[in-house]
Amino acid sequence: MNRVFALWQTAVGKKVAMAVSGILLVAFLISHMASNVLVFTAPEKLDAYAEWLRGFGPLLWVARAGLLALVGIHIAAAWQLTRMARAARPKGYARLEHQVSSYAARTMRYGGVLILVFIVFHILHYTTGDFHPDFVPGEVGRNLVVGMQVKWTAAFYAISMIAIGAHFYHGIWSVFQTLGLNHPSWNRSRVTLTLGLTLVVAGGFLSIPLAALFGLLR
Amino acid sequence: MSETMNLTLKVWRQAGPDAPGEFRSYPAVANEHMSFLEMLDVVNEGLTEQGDDPIAFDHDCREGICGTCSLMINGTPHGPKRAVTTCQLHMRSFKDGDEILIEPWRANAFPVVRDLVVDRAAFDRIIQAGGFISAPTGSSPDGNAIQIPKDDAERSMDAAACIGCGACVAACPNASAMLFTAAKVAHLGLLPQGQPERERRVLSMVHAMDEEGFGGCTNFGECQEACPKEISIDNIALLNRDFVRATLGDRESGVRRTAVM
Repeated sequence: MNRVFALWQTAVGKKVAMAVSGILLVAFLISHMASNVLVFTAPEKLDAYAEWLRGFGPLLWVARAGLLALVGIHIAAAWQLTRMARAARPKGYARLEHQVSSYAARTMRYGGVLILVFIVFHILHYTTGDFHPDFVPGEVGRNLVVGMQVKWTAAFYAISMIAIGAHFYHGIWSVFQTLGLNHPSWNRSRVTLTLGLTLVVAGGFLSIPLAALFGLLR
Repeated sequence: MSETMNLTLKVWRQAGPDAPGEFRSYPAVANEHMSFLEMLDVVNEGLTEQGDDPIAFDHDCREGICGTCSLMINGTPHGPKRAVTTCQLHMRSFKDGDEILIEPWRANAFPVVRDLVVDRAAFDRIIQAGGFISAPTGSSPDGNAIQIPKDDAERSMDAAACIGCGACVAACPNASAMLFTAAKVAHLGLLPQGQPERERRVLSMVHAMDEEGFGGCTNFGECQEACPKEISIDNIALLNRDFVRATLGDRESGVRRTAVM
Protein backbone atom coordinates (compact mmCIF):
# COMPACT_ATOMS: atom_id res chain seq x y z
CA MET A 1 0.00 0.00 0.00
CA ASN A 2 2.92 2.31 0.79
CA ARG A 3 4.15 1.78 -2.73
CA VAL A 4 0.82 2.67 -4.27
CA PHE A 5 0.86 5.84 -2.18
CA ALA A 6 4.44 6.55 -3.28
CA LEU A 7 3.26 6.23 -6.88
CA TRP A 8 0.33 8.59 -6.25
CA GLN A 9 2.69 11.27 -4.97
CA THR A 10 4.29 11.75 -8.39
CA ALA A 11 2.82 13.34 -11.51
CA VAL A 12 3.38 10.08 -13.40
CA GLY A 13 1.55 8.19 -10.63
CA LYS A 14 -1.44 10.53 -10.76
CA LYS A 15 -1.64 9.94 -14.49
CA VAL A 16 -1.55 6.19 -13.85
CA ALA A 17 -4.43 6.65 -11.37
CA MET A 18 -6.36 8.57 -14.04
CA ALA A 19 -5.67 5.89 -16.62
CA VAL A 20 -6.67 2.96 -14.41
CA SER A 21 -9.81 4.64 -13.02
CA GLY A 22 -10.65 5.89 -16.52
CA ILE A 23 -10.44 2.50 -18.18
CA LEU A 24 -12.56 0.90 -15.45
CA LEU A 25 -15.17 3.62 -15.94
CA VAL A 26 -15.06 2.95 -19.68
CA ALA A 27 -15.75 -0.72 -18.91
CA PHE A 28 -18.78 0.32 -16.86
CA LEU A 29 -19.99 2.60 -19.64
CA ILE A 30 -19.76 -0.23 -22.17
CA SER A 31 -22.18 -2.32 -20.09
CA HIS A 32 -24.33 0.74 -19.33
CA MET A 33 -24.61 1.61 -23.02
CA ALA A 34 -25.26 -1.99 -24.08
CA SER A 35 -28.16 -2.27 -21.61
CA ASN A 36 -29.61 1.15 -22.43
CA VAL A 37 -29.96 0.57 -26.15
CA LEU A 38 -32.36 -2.26 -25.22
CA VAL A 39 -34.90 0.56 -25.14
CA PHE A 40 -34.99 0.40 -28.94
CA THR A 41 -36.23 -3.19 -28.84
CA ALA A 42 -38.77 -2.83 -26.03
CA PRO A 43 -38.74 -0.54 -22.96
CA GLU A 44 -39.86 -3.48 -20.78
CA LYS A 45 -36.54 -5.23 -21.45
CA LEU A 46 -34.82 -2.43 -19.52
CA ASP A 47 -37.16 -3.07 -16.58
CA ALA A 48 -36.15 -6.72 -16.58
CA TYR A 49 -32.46 -5.77 -16.74
CA ALA A 50 -32.93 -3.34 -13.80
CA GLU A 51 -34.73 -6.07 -11.87
CA TRP A 52 -31.85 -8.46 -12.52
CA LEU A 53 -29.36 -5.82 -11.28
CA ARG A 54 -31.36 -5.23 -8.10
CA GLY A 55 -31.20 -8.99 -7.49
CA PHE A 56 -27.56 -8.51 -6.48
CA GLY A 57 -28.70 -6.75 -3.30
CA PRO A 58 -25.80 -5.45 -1.20
CA LEU A 59 -23.35 -6.22 -4.02
CA LEU A 60 -25.04 -3.50 -6.05
CA TRP A 61 -24.10 -1.00 -3.37
CA VAL A 62 -20.51 -2.27 -3.48
CA ALA A 63 -20.52 -1.60 -7.23
CA ARG A 64 -22.02 1.87 -6.73
CA ALA A 65 -19.44 2.73 -4.07
CA GLY A 66 -16.73 1.43 -6.39
CA LEU A 67 -17.93 3.62 -9.27
CA LEU A 68 -18.11 6.64 -6.98
CA ALA A 69 -14.57 5.95 -5.76
CA LEU A 70 -13.32 5.66 -9.35
CA VAL A 71 -14.92 8.98 -10.28
CA GLY A 72 -13.43 10.50 -7.10
CA ILE A 73 -9.92 9.25 -7.88
CA HIS A 74 -10.23 10.42 -11.50
CA ILE A 75 -11.28 13.92 -10.43
CA ALA A 76 -8.76 14.22 -7.59
CA ALA A 77 -5.90 13.31 -9.93
CA ALA A 78 -7.17 15.66 -12.64
CA TRP A 79 -7.56 18.50 -10.15
CA GLN A 80 -4.04 18.11 -8.77
CA LEU A 81 -2.45 17.68 -12.21
CA THR A 82 -4.25 20.78 -13.48
CA ARG A 83 -2.94 22.77 -10.53
CA MET A 84 0.58 21.47 -11.17
CA ALA A 85 0.34 22.41 -14.84
CA ARG A 86 -0.89 25.93 -14.02
CA ALA A 87 1.92 26.39 -11.51
CA ALA A 88 4.46 25.11 -14.03
CA ARG A 89 3.78 28.05 -16.35
CA PRO A 90 2.70 31.05 -14.26
CA LYS A 91 3.37 33.48 -17.12
CA GLY A 92 1.88 32.35 -20.38
CA TYR A 93 2.94 33.05 -23.95
CA ALA A 94 1.68 35.98 -25.96
CA ARG A 95 1.28 33.39 -28.71
CA LEU A 96 1.41 29.59 -28.56
CA GLU A 97 0.63 27.64 -31.72
CA HIS A 98 -0.79 24.17 -31.25
CA GLN A 99 0.78 21.90 -33.85
CA VAL A 100 -0.70 18.47 -33.34
CA SER A 101 -2.77 18.31 -30.16
CA SER A 102 -6.41 17.57 -30.87
CA TYR A 103 -9.33 19.74 -29.82
CA ALA A 104 -10.48 16.77 -27.74
CA ALA A 105 -7.15 16.68 -25.90
CA ARG A 106 -7.11 20.39 -25.16
CA THR A 107 -10.66 20.39 -23.81
CA MET A 108 -10.32 17.34 -21.52
CA ARG A 109 -10.48 19.49 -18.38
CA TYR A 110 -13.55 21.47 -19.44
CA GLY A 111 -15.23 18.39 -20.91
CA GLY A 112 -14.56 16.59 -17.65
CA VAL A 113 -16.38 19.29 -15.69
CA LEU A 114 -19.33 19.08 -18.09
CA ILE A 115 -19.41 15.30 -17.68
CA LEU A 116 -19.42 15.68 -13.87
CA VAL A 117 -22.36 18.08 -14.08
CA PHE A 118 -24.06 15.61 -16.39
CA ILE A 119 -23.52 12.66 -14.01
CA VAL A 120 -25.12 14.59 -11.14
CA PHE A 121 -28.05 15.61 -13.35
CA HIS A 122 -28.39 12.09 -14.75
CA ILE A 123 -28.65 10.51 -11.27
CA LEU A 124 -31.17 13.16 -10.15
CA HIS A 125 -33.08 12.64 -13.39
CA TYR A 126 -33.41 8.87 -13.69
CA THR A 127 -32.61 7.53 -10.22
CA THR A 128 -34.39 9.92 -7.88
CA GLY A 129 -36.81 11.32 -10.47
CA ASP A 130 -36.05 15.03 -10.11
CA PHE A 131 -36.33 17.07 -13.33
CA HIS A 132 -38.55 14.24 -14.61
CA PRO A 133 -42.12 14.98 -15.78
CA ASP A 134 -43.63 11.66 -14.67
CA PHE A 135 -41.29 9.37 -12.72
CA VAL A 136 -42.54 5.91 -11.67
CA PRO A 137 -40.01 3.91 -9.60
CA GLY A 138 -39.24 0.53 -11.19
CA GLU A 139 -40.56 1.36 -14.65
CA VAL A 140 -37.09 2.04 -15.98
CA GLY A 141 -37.81 1.72 -19.69
CA ARG A 142 -40.90 3.90 -19.58
CA ASN A 143 -39.11 6.48 -17.41
CA LEU A 144 -36.30 6.64 -19.97
CA VAL A 145 -38.67 7.20 -22.89
CA VAL A 146 -40.88 9.72 -21.06
CA GLY A 147 -37.90 11.64 -19.65
CA MET A 148 -36.43 11.99 -23.13
CA GLN A 149 -39.56 13.61 -24.53
CA VAL A 150 -38.54 16.88 -22.79
CA LYS A 151 -36.64 18.71 -25.54
CA TRP A 152 -34.08 20.55 -23.40
CA THR A 153 -33.33 17.38 -21.43
CA ALA A 154 -32.72 15.35 -24.58
CA ALA A 155 -30.57 18.16 -25.98
CA PHE A 156 -28.49 18.28 -22.79
CA TYR A 157 -28.04 14.49 -22.95
CA ALA A 158 -26.94 14.74 -26.59
CA ILE A 159 -24.39 17.47 -25.86
CA SER A 160 -23.07 15.55 -22.86
CA MET A 161 -22.69 12.37 -24.93
CA ILE A 162 -20.65 14.28 -27.50
CA ALA A 163 -18.46 15.52 -24.63
CA ILE A 164 -18.05 11.94 -23.43
CA GLY A 165 -17.09 10.93 -26.95
CA ALA A 166 -14.40 13.60 -27.06
CA HIS A 167 -13.22 12.55 -23.60
CA PHE A 168 -12.98 8.93 -24.81
CA TYR A 169 -11.18 9.94 -28.00
CA HIS A 170 -8.21 11.42 -26.15
CA GLY A 171 -8.58 9.44 -22.92
CA ILE A 172 -8.52 5.89 -24.23
CA TRP A 173 -5.49 6.48 -26.44
CA SER A 174 -3.88 8.24 -23.49
CA VAL A 175 -4.36 5.16 -21.29
CA PHE A 176 -1.99 3.15 -23.47
CA GLN A 177 0.63 5.88 -23.41
CA THR A 178 0.36 6.48 -19.66
CA LEU A 179 0.52 2.81 -18.74
CA GLY A 180 3.42 2.33 -21.14
CA LEU A 181 1.48 -0.04 -23.38
CA ASN A 182 3.42 0.80 -26.46
CA HIS A 183 4.88 -1.36 -29.16
CA PRO A 184 5.53 -0.51 -32.82
CA SER A 185 3.80 -3.68 -33.98
CA TRP A 186 0.44 -2.84 -32.40
CA ASN A 187 0.50 0.94 -31.91
CA ARG A 188 -1.81 1.21 -34.90
CA SER A 189 -4.32 -0.99 -33.09
CA ARG A 190 -4.35 1.48 -30.19
CA VAL A 191 -5.84 4.07 -32.54
CA THR A 192 -8.32 1.60 -34.01
CA LEU A 193 -9.45 0.43 -30.58
CA THR A 194 -9.82 4.04 -29.36
CA LEU A 195 -11.89 5.07 -32.37
CA GLY A 196 -13.96 1.89 -32.20
CA LEU A 197 -14.78 2.26 -28.50
CA THR A 198 -15.49 5.97 -28.90
CA LEU A 199 -17.88 5.46 -31.79
CA VAL A 200 -19.64 2.44 -30.32
CA VAL A 201 -20.05 3.66 -26.73
CA ALA A 202 -20.59 7.40 -27.25
CA GLY A 203 -22.53 6.73 -30.45
CA GLY A 204 -24.70 4.14 -28.71
CA PHE A 205 -25.53 6.54 -25.91
CA LEU A 206 -26.04 9.43 -28.31
CA SER A 207 -28.54 7.43 -30.38
CA ILE A 208 -31.08 7.56 -27.51
CA PRO A 209 -31.48 11.37 -27.08
CA LEU A 210 -31.13 11.85 -30.86
CA ALA A 211 -33.89 9.34 -31.53
CA ALA A 212 -36.04 11.16 -28.98
CA LEU A 213 -35.32 14.57 -30.52
CA PHE A 214 -36.30 13.28 -33.96
CA GLY A 215 -39.48 11.72 -32.61
CA LEU A 216 -38.34 8.13 -33.14
CA LEU A 217 -38.48 7.16 -29.46
CA ARG A 218 -41.99 7.13 -28.05
CA MET B 1 21.71 38.52 -55.73
CA SER B 2 19.53 37.41 -52.91
CA GLU B 3 16.45 39.34 -52.06
CA THR B 4 16.55 41.71 -49.12
CA MET B 5 13.64 41.49 -46.75
CA ASN B 6 12.37 44.05 -44.32
CA LEU B 7 10.92 42.62 -41.16
CA THR B 8 9.42 43.86 -37.92
CA LEU B 9 10.50 42.01 -34.80
CA LYS B 10 8.44 42.06 -31.64
CA VAL B 11 10.90 40.96 -29.00
CA TRP B 12 10.47 40.24 -25.29
CA ARG B 13 12.79 42.54 -23.34
CA GLN B 14 13.38 41.95 -19.65
CA ALA B 15 16.29 43.56 -17.80
CA GLY B 16 16.69 40.83 -15.19
CA PRO B 17 15.06 37.86 -13.48
CA ASP B 18 12.79 39.98 -11.30
CA ALA B 19 12.33 42.94 -13.65
CA PRO B 20 9.00 43.33 -15.41
CA GLY B 21 9.26 42.53 -19.10
CA GLU B 22 7.56 43.87 -22.22
CA PHE B 23 7.49 43.44 -25.97
CA ARG B 24 9.37 46.01 -28.03
CA SER B 25 9.36 46.42 -31.78
CA TYR B 26 12.52 46.58 -33.89
CA PRO B 27 12.92 46.86 -37.64
CA ALA B 28 15.22 44.21 -39.13
CA VAL B 29 16.79 43.86 -42.54
CA ALA B 30 17.78 40.35 -43.62
CA ASN B 31 18.57 38.28 -46.66
CA GLU B 32 17.31 34.76 -47.17
CA HIS B 33 20.68 33.10 -46.58
CA MET B 34 21.06 34.39 -43.04
CA SER B 35 20.30 32.15 -40.13
CA PHE B 36 17.75 33.46 -37.66
CA LEU B 37 20.52 34.17 -35.15
CA GLU B 38 22.59 36.03 -37.75
CA MET B 39 19.56 38.19 -38.43
CA LEU B 40 19.45 38.96 -34.68
CA ASP B 41 23.22 39.61 -34.69
CA VAL B 42 22.69 42.32 -37.29
CA VAL B 43 19.87 43.86 -35.26
CA ASN B 44 22.12 43.80 -32.19
CA GLU B 45 24.98 45.52 -34.05
CA GLY B 46 22.59 48.32 -34.91
CA LEU B 47 21.36 48.55 -31.32
CA THR B 48 24.94 48.63 -30.01
CA GLU B 49 25.90 51.42 -32.43
CA GLN B 50 22.89 53.43 -31.25
CA GLY B 51 24.04 52.91 -27.66
CA ASP B 52 21.11 50.62 -26.79
CA ASP B 53 21.36 47.28 -25.00
CA PRO B 54 21.57 44.42 -27.48
CA ILE B 55 18.90 41.71 -27.28
CA ALA B 56 20.23 38.89 -25.09
CA PHE B 57 19.71 35.39 -26.54
CA ASP B 58 21.36 32.02 -25.99
CA HIS B 59 23.60 30.53 -28.65
CA ASP B 60 26.75 28.49 -28.87
CA CYS B 61 27.65 26.01 -31.61
CA ARG B 62 25.27 27.39 -34.23
CA GLU B 63 25.28 24.06 -36.00
CA GLY B 64 22.25 22.49 -34.35
CA ILE B 65 23.92 20.10 -31.95
CA CYS B 66 24.63 21.88 -28.67
CA GLY B 67 21.11 22.65 -27.47
CA THR B 68 21.93 26.17 -26.34
CA CYS B 69 19.77 28.23 -28.66
CA SER B 70 16.10 28.52 -27.91
CA LEU B 71 13.44 31.16 -28.79
CA MET B 72 9.72 30.91 -29.20
CA ILE B 73 9.23 32.23 -32.74
CA ASN B 74 5.65 33.11 -33.71
CA GLY B 75 4.33 30.72 -31.07
CA THR B 76 6.50 27.75 -32.04
CA PRO B 77 9.75 26.65 -30.36
CA HIS B 78 12.69 27.03 -32.78
CA GLY B 79 10.36 28.57 -35.35
CA PRO B 80 8.23 27.22 -38.17
CA LYS B 81 10.47 24.50 -39.61
CA ARG B 82 10.33 20.89 -38.44
CA ALA B 83 13.33 19.22 -36.81
CA VAL B 84 15.44 22.35 -36.83
CA THR B 85 17.02 24.43 -34.09
CA THR B 86 16.79 28.23 -34.18
CA CYS B 87 20.43 28.52 -35.25
CA GLN B 88 19.72 26.29 -38.27
CA LEU B 89 16.54 28.13 -39.17
CA HIS B 90 17.16 30.35 -42.18
CA MET B 91 15.46 33.57 -43.13
CA ARG B 92 14.19 31.97 -46.36
CA SER B 93 11.48 30.55 -44.09
CA PHE B 94 10.14 34.10 -43.80
CA LYS B 95 9.10 36.67 -46.35
CA ASP B 96 9.44 40.40 -46.84
CA GLY B 97 7.15 42.41 -44.59
CA ASP B 98 6.66 39.67 -41.98
CA GLU B 99 6.18 40.53 -38.33
CA ILE B 100 7.99 38.05 -36.12
CA LEU B 101 7.10 37.57 -32.46
CA ILE B 102 10.03 36.36 -30.35
CA GLU B 103 9.57 35.15 -26.77
CA PRO B 104 11.67 33.22 -24.27
CA TRP B 105 10.74 29.66 -23.19
CA ARG B 106 8.06 30.09 -20.54
CA ALA B 107 8.14 27.70 -17.59
CA ASN B 108 8.44 28.18 -13.87
CA ALA B 109 11.42 25.81 -13.91
CA PHE B 110 13.13 27.93 -16.61
CA PRO B 111 13.35 31.42 -15.06
CA VAL B 112 14.18 34.27 -17.43
CA VAL B 113 17.72 35.53 -16.86
CA ARG B 114 17.49 38.42 -19.30
CA ASP B 115 15.46 39.12 -22.44
CA LEU B 116 15.29 35.79 -24.29
CA VAL B 117 17.80 33.94 -22.10
CA VAL B 118 16.36 31.39 -19.66
CA ASP B 119 18.11 29.31 -17.01
CA ARG B 120 17.80 25.65 -17.94
CA ALA B 121 19.85 24.31 -15.00
CA ALA B 122 16.76 22.33 -13.96
CA PHE B 123 17.61 19.94 -16.82
CA ASP B 124 21.17 19.55 -15.50
CA ARG B 125 19.81 18.65 -12.07
CA ILE B 126 17.52 16.01 -13.58
CA ILE B 127 20.51 14.52 -15.42
CA GLN B 128 22.60 14.60 -12.24
CA ALA B 129 19.83 12.80 -10.37
CA GLY B 130 20.22 9.98 -12.90
CA GLY B 131 23.61 9.18 -11.40
CA PHE B 132 26.12 6.78 -12.90
CA ILE B 133 26.20 3.60 -14.95
CA SER B 134 28.40 0.68 -13.98
CA ALA B 135 30.67 0.66 -17.01
CA PRO B 136 34.18 -0.72 -16.74
CA THR B 137 36.82 1.93 -17.27
CA GLY B 138 40.54 1.55 -17.78
CA SER B 139 41.59 -0.89 -20.48
CA SER B 140 39.38 -0.80 -23.53
CA PRO B 141 36.87 -3.67 -23.65
CA ASP B 142 36.95 -6.30 -26.38
CA GLY B 143 34.91 -5.29 -29.40
CA ASN B 144 31.42 -6.81 -29.41
CA ALA B 145 31.94 -8.29 -25.92
CA ILE B 146 28.45 -6.98 -25.11
CA GLN B 147 25.88 -7.96 -27.70
CA ILE B 148 23.24 -5.32 -28.40
CA PRO B 149 20.34 -6.01 -30.77
CA LYS B 150 20.40 -3.52 -33.63
CA ASP B 151 16.88 -2.27 -32.93
CA ASP B 152 17.77 -1.53 -29.31
CA ALA B 153 20.94 0.26 -30.32
CA GLU B 154 19.02 2.41 -32.78
CA ARG B 155 16.20 3.26 -30.38
CA SER B 156 18.79 4.15 -27.77
CA MET B 157 20.68 6.34 -30.24
CA ASP B 158 17.43 8.05 -31.26
CA ALA B 159 16.77 8.91 -27.61
CA ALA B 160 20.38 9.97 -27.07
CA ALA B 161 19.98 12.53 -29.86
CA CYS B 162 18.26 14.81 -27.31
CA ILE B 163 20.30 18.00 -26.99
CA GLY B 164 18.43 19.26 -23.92
CA CYS B 165 17.32 22.51 -25.53
CA GLY B 166 13.98 22.60 -23.68
CA ALA B 167 11.75 22.98 -26.74
CA CYS B 168 9.60 20.13 -25.39
CA VAL B 169 8.91 22.04 -22.18
CA ALA B 170 8.35 25.25 -24.14
CA ALA B 171 5.81 23.64 -26.48
CA CYS B 172 3.95 21.67 -23.81
CA PRO B 173 0.73 23.33 -22.61
CA ASN B 174 1.56 21.89 -19.16
CA ALA B 175 5.25 22.91 -19.29
CA SER B 176 6.08 19.26 -18.69
CA ALA B 177 9.63 17.91 -18.99
CA MET B 178 8.51 14.36 -19.71
CA LEU B 179 9.99 14.11 -23.21
CA PHE B 180 13.40 15.31 -22.05
CA THR B 181 13.46 13.06 -18.99
CA ALA B 182 12.10 10.12 -20.98
CA ALA B 183 14.81 10.53 -23.61
CA LYS B 184 17.49 10.50 -20.93
CA VAL B 185 15.94 7.51 -19.14
CA ALA B 186 15.48 5.59 -22.41
CA HIS B 187 18.89 6.07 -23.91
CA LEU B 188 20.54 4.24 -21.00
CA GLY B 189 17.60 2.01 -20.10
CA LEU B 190 17.53 0.43 -23.55
CA LEU B 191 21.15 -0.70 -23.40
CA PRO B 192 22.67 -3.61 -21.44
CA GLN B 193 25.15 -1.21 -19.83
CA GLY B 194 22.26 0.72 -18.32
CA GLN B 195 20.51 -2.23 -16.69
CA PRO B 196 22.11 -2.40 -13.19
CA GLU B 197 20.90 1.07 -12.24
CA ARG B 198 17.82 1.12 -14.46
CA GLU B 199 15.21 1.24 -11.66
CA ARG B 200 17.15 3.56 -9.39
CA ARG B 201 17.78 5.93 -12.30
CA VAL B 202 14.15 6.27 -13.40
CA LEU B 203 13.00 6.79 -9.79
CA SER B 204 15.56 9.51 -9.08
CA MET B 205 15.07 11.32 -12.38
CA VAL B 206 11.28 11.40 -12.19
CA HIS B 207 11.39 12.67 -8.62
CA ALA B 208 13.94 15.32 -9.59
CA MET B 209 11.68 16.35 -12.48
CA ASP B 210 8.71 16.79 -10.11
CA GLU B 211 10.81 18.76 -7.63
CA GLU B 212 11.83 21.24 -10.32
CA GLY B 213 8.17 22.16 -10.73
CA PHE B 214 7.49 20.93 -14.26
CA GLY B 215 3.90 20.01 -15.10
CA GLY B 216 2.53 16.53 -15.80
CA CYS B 217 2.16 14.89 -19.20
CA THR B 218 -1.30 14.87 -20.77
CA ASN B 219 -0.24 13.19 -24.02
CA PHE B 220 -0.84 16.19 -26.27
CA GLY B 221 2.12 15.25 -28.46
CA GLU B 222 3.19 18.88 -28.90
CA CYS B 223 6.69 18.10 -27.54
CA GLN B 224 7.41 15.49 -30.20
CA GLU B 225 6.40 17.95 -32.90
CA ALA B 226 8.55 20.75 -31.46
CA CYS B 227 11.64 18.64 -30.82
CA PRO B 228 14.48 19.62 -33.17
CA LYS B 229 15.83 16.08 -32.82
CA GLU B 230 12.45 14.39 -33.38
CA ILE B 231 12.52 12.47 -30.10
CA SER B 232 9.50 10.16 -30.03
CA ILE B 233 6.86 10.15 -27.31
CA ASP B 234 7.30 6.37 -27.35
CA ASN B 235 10.08 7.16 -24.90
CA ILE B 236 7.47 8.64 -22.54
CA ALA B 237 5.54 5.37 -22.60
CA LEU B 238 8.77 3.56 -21.79
CA LEU B 239 9.48 5.94 -18.91
CA ASN B 240 5.97 5.46 -17.53
CA ARG B 241 6.33 1.68 -17.68
CA ASP B 242 9.77 1.70 -16.05
CA PHE B 243 8.67 4.16 -13.37
CA VAL B 244 5.56 2.22 -12.37
CA ARG B 245 7.50 -1.03 -12.29
CA ALA B 246 10.30 0.54 -10.26
CA THR B 247 7.93 2.20 -7.79
CA LEU B 248 5.65 -0.76 -7.19
CA GLY B 249 8.54 -3.20 -7.14
CA ASP B 250 11.09 -0.96 -5.44
CA ARG B 251 13.75 -3.34 -4.13
CA GLU B 252 15.70 -0.74 -2.22
CA SER B 253 13.07 0.34 0.27
CA GLY B 254 11.21 -2.95 0.18
CA VAL B 255 10.83 -5.60 2.85
CA ARG B 256 13.90 -7.83 2.90
CA ARG B 257 12.35 -10.72 4.80
CA THR B 258 9.03 -12.19 3.89
CA ALA B 259 6.69 -12.52 6.83
CA VAL B 260 5.46 -16.07 7.47
CA MET B 261 1.78 -16.49 8.13
